[in-house]
Amino acid sequence: MNKPFMDEELPVIARFELRRRAYLGPDGVLHGRPPAFASNVDLLISLLRAMALTRAFDLKAVALQRTGRLGTYPVSLGEEAVSVGAASAMREEDVLLPSYRNTGAQLWRGVKMEEILLFWGGDERGNAFSGPKQDFPLSIPVASQTSHAAGVAYAFKLRKEPRVAVCMSGDGATSKGDMWEAMNFAGVAKLPVVFIVGNNQWAISVPRKLQTASETLAQKAIAAGFGGEQVDGNDVIAVRAATERALAAARAGEGPFLIEALTYRLGDHTTADDAARYRSPEEVQARWKEEPIARLRAYLVGKKAWGKEDEERLASECQARVEAAAASYLATPPRAPSSMFDHLYAELPHAYLGQRRELEGASDA
Amino acid sequence: MPEATLVEAVNLALARAMADDPDVVLLGEDVGVNGGVFRATVGLQSRFGSDRVIDTPLSEALIGGLCVGMAAQGLKPVGEIQFMGFFYPCIDQLANHASRLRNRTLGRLTCPMVLRAPFGAGIRAPEHHSESAEAMLAHIPGLRVVIPSSPDRAYGLLLAAIRDPDPVVFLEPTRIYRAVKAEVEDNGEALPLDVAFVLREGRDVTLISWGAMLRETLAAAEELAAEGMSAEVIDLATLKPYDEEAVLASVAKTGRCVIVHEAARTGGFGAEIAACIAERGLASLLAPVLRVTGYDAVMPLPRLEQSYMPSVERIAAAARKVCAYN
Ligand SMILES: Cc1ncc(C[n+]2csc(CCOP(=O)(O)OP(=O)(O)O)c2C)c(N)n1
Ligand SMILES: [Mg+2]
Repeated sequence: MNKPFMDEELPVIARFELRRRAYLGPDGVLHGRPPAFASNVDLLISLLRAMALTRAFDLKAVALQRTGRLGTYPVSLGEEAVSVGAASAMREEDVLLPSYRNTGAQLWRGVKMEEILLFWGGDERGNAFSGPKQDFPLSIPVASQTSHAAGVAYAFKLRKEPRVAVCMSGDGATSKGDMWEAMNFAGVAKLPVVFIVGNNQWAISVPRKLQTASETLAQKAIAAGFGGEQVDGNDVIAVRAATERALAAARAGEGPFLIEALTYRLGDHTTADDAARYRSPEEVQARWKEEPIARLRAYLVGKKAWGKEDEERLASECQARVEAAAASYLATPPRAPSSMFDHLYAELPHAYLGQRRELEGASDA
Repeated sequence: MPEATLVEAVNLALARAMADDPDVVLLGEDVGVNGGVFRATVGLQSRFGSDRVIDTPLSEALIGGLCVGMAAQGLKPVGEIQFMGFFYPCIDQLANHASRLRNRTLGRLTCPMVLRAPFGAGIRAPEHHSESAEAMLAHIPGLRVVIPSSPDRAYGLLLAAIRDPDPVVFLEPTRIYRAVKAEVEDNGEALPLDVAFVLREGRDVTLISWGAMLRETLAAAEELAAEGMSAEVIDLATLKPYDEEAVLASVAKTGRCVIVHEAARTGGFGAEIAACIAERGLASLLAPVLRVTGYDAVMPLPRLEQSYMPSVERIAAAARKVCAYN
């Protein structure tokens, strides 16, 4: 950290502390004082299954991209616990504002795999998902969803609804004014919004230390007048526990919270990226030891709640679901060209009827 | 002469400008070690150092504003915005500061900066990666807007943009970044920033375009030639300011004009050219000026992007229509 200049003579007018939450270590052992739900084996198994499904889905998406049947795709390999832990702490009526790195959260919330494939395959129907009615589509312009989250939370507050907006982003997003502006207003208006930053150490090729000289990202909350904490983002129990606490506080009118989930992007940024250009395979290899799925599996195995057979059954089940989703995606024909006007306005203004007609001609041809 | 793709020509021009002038600095997201997501800046950080090739934090507003401050200090910043869809935060800096710093201070402070951004559709990119918002920028007084359509013009125009004493937006069509290799001599020679290029001479109709759309426009001209119609094709290359005289001279010769752009129709730059012809070239017109453009719809995701973009057929059909007009 940069040592800040300080005149020791002057009185101290503010102090702050930050804490880090971590329970399930890479060793597969629970440490500290885990939350009550950590003894609910069925719940832990559902988290494991959700992370495994996310990973299997990512693998399939990459295979589709590599064979020219999907557009650019961002895997969340190694970061599954951030998405699954956060989403699993939400209530159905809360609103998720995800980034492109939160497939696991979208799946948990009920977005269908074929819908996610449609989006990355270049079809707007992927954003018209059938599950969580008020969730936002994932945001590609980095950090632009942060102020939307504050707006959503403001509406909850105005209507006195006990709901919370959950905004997910990456470490790079914290460098944008958008994020600071959103947090600043959330603090001022004491909004029911939780910001979850998946700090995977990289923003494409730019390492975390070039984003900010700040010691942590969590401490950015303090300047905005609310609390923040770091969590082990590869520990799904810690992510879920942190999100649960923040959601309960926000729901109770105590205002916003920022969670910095420390994780690591084990994959390329997207299928269009080649991370070998800017980071060493040794660095990545070392981080595999910390990935979230193996440690939860090890824990459950230790508890005799999970075995080889369960693992095999899960793998084939994920495989079957992913294949079925891919087949359904591949069997979906493109929309008619004129459909680009279908949802442009509530009612297409007269001025554009001619353009739509021209495209209707094109689709007939 | 060595051959280069358009993106390689950009790299050559950047390297040349940096070697010639120690005040030139590059900044942007992933421009350093990674060499830019399209590799436009590849090799430049290792050659010129991380003080002159800066990987910035993720903020487009920052990149735009840093350029203004650096330029006011006499540096020659060349900022890269990763995709045009992320350019919009820079418009604040361009419209409120870069374009008018000279004017506000009556020349005491100036803004010799370049903002480069890849733009346009046709590469099956994700949402927000295929926009063509050039008209929005060309609407800002005090800016220059430049769009190359070939490797050699990319080289010469980028050098000119960097050497220009005023702010320049330099938009690079991603669809043709690697479409062709052409001879590019790394001779440090700049091209003028307000001269259009006649890519094909013709008598019957003038086809005007810029950037990647010139591919379809030239193909349409070829198709028309087979039918006995002779099309003149103009690469506007610089939108602001643009070469009105070249447009008017061509229309005076052909009497017919079709303007082609990928961006949405309403308020697109084609409207500006059509208005200019109406004001200054009406007497030479034998037919209405037509536009072949993207639709007034949100840029669709890749499955429909081809339907959105002007096709050879649409361009040729418009040209036939004006040629048949009487
Ligand atoms: C405003 C904006 N600028 C640039 C980009 C291009 N881009 C896509 S992802 C990315 C890096 C984001 O890093 P981070 O916020 O850490 O999220 P991660 O991808 O690591 O999950 C960049 C620069 C973008 N999508 N949006
Ligand atoms: Mg990141």
